[in-house]
Amino acid sequence: MTKYKQIRIALNNCGVIDPENIEDYIARDGYMALGKCITEMTPQDVIKEIKDSGLRGRGGGGFPAGLKWEIASKNHADQKYVVCNADEGDPGAFMDRSVLEGDPHAVLEAMAICGYSIGATKGLIYIRAEYPLAIKRLKIAIDQAREVGLLGKNIFGSKFDFDIELRYGAGAFVCGEETSLIHSMEGLRGEPTIKPPFPAEKGYLGKPTNVNNVETYASVPIIIRKGASWFNKIGTEKSKGTKVFALAGKVNNVGLVEVPMGTTLREVIFEIGGGIQNGKKFKAVQTGGPSGGCLTEKHLDTPIDFDNLVAAGSMMGSGGMIVMDEDNCMVSVAKFYLDFTVEESCGKCSPCRIGNKRLFELLERITKGQGTMDDLQRLRNMSNVIKDTSLCGLGQTSPNPVLSTLDNFYDEYLAHVKDHKCPAGECKDLMKYFIIAENCVGCTACARVCPVGAITGEKKEAHLINSETCIKCGACMERCKFDAIIIK
Amino acid sequence: MEKVKLTIDNKLIEVEKGTTIYKAAKQLGIDIPVLCYMNLEDLGIENKPGGCRICVVEVEGRRNLAPSCSTDCAEGMVVNTHSIRVINARRTVMEFILSDHPKDCLTCAKSGNCELQDMAVKLGIREIPGQEYAAMSTYKMDFSPSLIRELDKCIMCRRCEMMCNDFQTVGALSAFKRGFEAAVGPAFEMDIEDSTCTYCGQCVAVCPTGALTEKDHTREVINALSDPTKTVIVQTAPAVRAALGEEFGLKPGTLVTGKMVAALRRLGFNYVFDTDFAADLTIMEEGTELLGRLTKHLNGDKEVKLPILTSCCPAWVNFFEHNFPDMKEIPSTARSPQQMFGAIAKTYFADKIKVKREDLVVISIMPCLAKKYEAQRDEFKVDGNPDVDFSLSTRELAHLIKQANLDFKSLPDEDFDKPLGESTGAAVIFGVTGGVIEAAVRTAYELQTGKKLERVEFEQLRGMESIRKATIDFNGTPINIGIAHGLGNARKLLEDIKAGKSEFHAIEIMACPGGCIGGGGQPLHHSDSSILKARTKAIFAEDEAKVLRKSHENPYIIKLYEEFLGKPMSEKAHHLLHTHYFDKSGKIEIS
Repeated sequence: MTKYKQIRIALNNCGVIDPENIEDYIARDGYMALGKCITEMTPQDVIKEIKDSGLRGRGGGGFPAGLKWEIASKNHADQKYVVCNADEGDPGAFMDRSVLEGDPHAVLEAMAICGYSIGATKGLIYIRAEYPLAIKRLKIAIDQAREVGLLGKNIFGSKFDFDIELRYGAGAFVCGEETSLIHSMEGLRGEPTIKPPFPAEKGYLGKPTNVNNVETYASVPIIIRKGASWFNKIGTEKSKGTKVFALAGKVNNVGLVEVPMGTTLREVIFEIGGGIQNGKKFKAVQTGGPSGGCLTEKHLDTPIDFDNLVAAGSMMGSGGMIVMDEDNCMVSVAKFYLDFTVEESCGKCSPCRIGNKRLFELLERITKGQGTMDDLQRLRNMSNVIKDTSLCGLGQTSPNPVLSTLDNFYDEYLAHVKDHKCPAGECKDLMKYFIIAENCVGCTACARVCPVGAITGEKKEAHLINSETCIKCGACMERCKFDAIIIK
Repeated sequence: MEKVKLTIDNKLIEVEKGTTIYKAAKQLGIDIPVLCYMNLEDLGIENKPGGCRICVVEVEGRRNLAPSCSTDCAEGMVVNTHSIRVINARRTVMEFILSDHPKDCLTCAKSGNCELQDMAVKLGIREIPGQEYAAMSTYKMDFSPSLIRELDKCIMCRRCEMMCNDFQTVGALSAFKRGFEAAVGPAFEMDIEDSTCTYCGQCVAVCPTGALTEKDHTREVINALSDPTKTVIVQTAPAVRAALGEEFGLKPGTLVTGKMVAALRRLGFNYVFDTDFAADLTIMEEGTELLGRLTKHLNGDKEVKLPILTSCCPAWVNFFEHNFPDMKEIPSTARSPQQMFGAIAKTYFADKIKVKREDLVVISIMPCLAKKYEAQRDEFKVDGNPDVDFSLSTRELAHLIKQANLDFKSLPDEDFDKPLGESTGAAVIFGVTGGVIEAAVRTAYELQTGKKLERVEFEQLRGMESIRKATIDFNGTPINIGIAHGLGNARKLLEDIKAGKSEFHAIEIMACPGGCIGGGGQPLHHSDSSILKARTKAIFAEDEAKVLRKSHENPYIIKLYEEFLGKPMSEKAHHLLHTHYFDKSGKIEIS
């Protein structure tokens, strides 16, 4: 169908192997990379390979993974830790979950490789407790790896020891932020602290700690096996390899896709995703989850990579990609994400704790037709200040859905504020039910079903809806057999 | 030390590596507003969660604004502390904070002394945009015998949490809930009374808003004073006189003993007495107990409990009842001076003036909030009538004086009434860390050795270090003394005792930084540790100015024993002046 194929790196084994059988994984060259590292490479070689590959963190920030490893390797301590961030929390995103459920050993192997390279003997996977199947499979995988000596003491007959434990998250989005994650693992309140110090200097229990997310680790074994030069040929100049997206929303083919960096949004949405459902018009695509922004038609041919998405006013994030059509109200979309951030803010810093709540309240006023032009001005200023002053990545990005919709869909905001109309027809408070007199035969069915008696009219004559009384339940419209009732 | 050069507001400065932008700017005389940040220099107490985001500054080349309280200076940094971007951000953040803060300044206990109010003025806030439709986070009010929590006013600065957890290691306060609902309080939002709170009041002492305040008892005191059937007497703790003046614009460290007495008399108290009298009495009892235990120990008695721990500080008593109940036999059984005073006032003194116990109201003026709790402990009541009826903090006394429109600064210096108003210098120094043990040593030394002290000052016991050790030569017998202020430091000494590693014979413990002069009921220090040091100096100055400086030389104490108590540790003394402790470690019930 297309010259652009999906390339499976992180999802290499997903759906191919039995994730509960280590032999399946080994049969697909599993643990060969770890063996190669331990027996043929020095820790510095491993770090160089990862650096050369150009692999960047898949958790959202896109920090070069090799560089992170190098910093952790250079900080000396009696104990270091390798942490896997499996606290995937974006609404609608399930990339990491699929990797953990489908290919848990890839993550274990990569963590051991990381441990070898930075000089850590302990690994911890911080996984949200809402992923029971992933937890079960990780436990099985860890047990099996220990049994065959791929975790534990003297791996591959070397002096290298490495073992992995699980830590469960209680479901806080902010615990995906690495300092919060570490505090949560330590049994403290899951809230961020100011960096520096970075985890690579002072992390878990004050020791140098390397934190990467699931997808980043899942890309590591194949890089070691096939070489940095194989990996860095895939992708764009500054973003190498592939990225997994959870494609969702109004596209025909929803699900996980893994594409080389540099693939355009159009290719993902229209070729792989099969276009918009029901032949509707594409309106926007939201990338990066609650931290990202909404991109429009004009961005469709932008090659996806870390930097391009930021330049366009959104971000890669962990890989959520939600497609919207003409029926989506962009003010409501912004409100939806703010609702999420308000719920998930830890409350430590004032701009995120209170500012996001105020953004949400303003958006709510606008969707109810109560907004003013001043409100739009305030919305922008508040968003900018929250970005500029928040303590951690959550607050620094939470206004992105507001800013990107203000930038790209200002007309829609204006319609809500000036005309008290929702062009997409999504904002219930701005809608009114009308009866088209020409279509109405006066059957009285609508008047009989109306729970508040808002419809009046004589038999066999056109009826009328009293919009003051109408509660917009839609019962009349459902009952009418003559398409006489419309919403405007 | 490595240095870094940077530019702040176009001024070049060189600072030690690791200096924060806020501190560097301060050196340049640039005032960056801070709200959650707090630093009690030399006391090792610093709060910098970087949470309020008021202190943000612009750093060239940095994507977002930097919190100056917790961002280190770096070589070549160019900082702008008051650019328009910063001013806009600061003001917007302040509007956020105020939009979730009650506007009841008129009736707020902190009004006029509120850091949030001051900041609103400083940042020129005149209105809060969108306030009419901004939701506020609300919480239940929490009343306790000592303090009141009104979390609607909490701004999440986390200072209280830091004091409670890091400094005091009490762990009663921590952040709960998240996002807009987040605030600081006991776990599971239980009442403070059901927590391990010791009522030390350090949370109140650092709270920048009206979220944490003392339980106000001025209304009860006015009621008592206006009741013609009551005889109302007052006792004042040593640390009060070294701090009260601050409330009236006097320099920190100004002693106002005489003016305080004059003010109390004008407020209508029938007798103005001194807790210092009871402090001398405490030394007689506690010193005797110490000598008793020591003698037994030196005679080879293995059963005797040593070290002996002081028991004047009610927050400290609460602390070991909660945390070290298995060691409750170790502290001295001597009641605190406040309670000794109450017990003597309602027996010995009541008899003298022929007033019935229930018609005598004893008010105490304390630098402390835990004293409020102590005053209402059941073991200090007779048939439900407390030895001390109400305890006011220094701040509450200042409010009363202001209400009475007394021109405090021009009041004459007056003397305490007799007999419970006479005291020695030993009693005065109860107000500072190390003072109780120094006072005890002054007396114990002379009683034990039979020799007269050449010099009553024991410099080796003084200072601001959190844990101090000294050995005093008792005529050939070395007596090891430990001193801790701050309950976290006390915990360290107690853990040592528990582990059998303690070499001390006696340990003095005070819950608050610097001792009572830094108490939870004192005028707010607003994170200026020089105020605490000035108060300490004032206390020692009062001691030096006294003719009598050893408790056992107080003639009224001698008379009290002759006329009433017999001798220290007598049965009567035991009944009136000693107490016992309780195990409060029990499981906390969450309803």
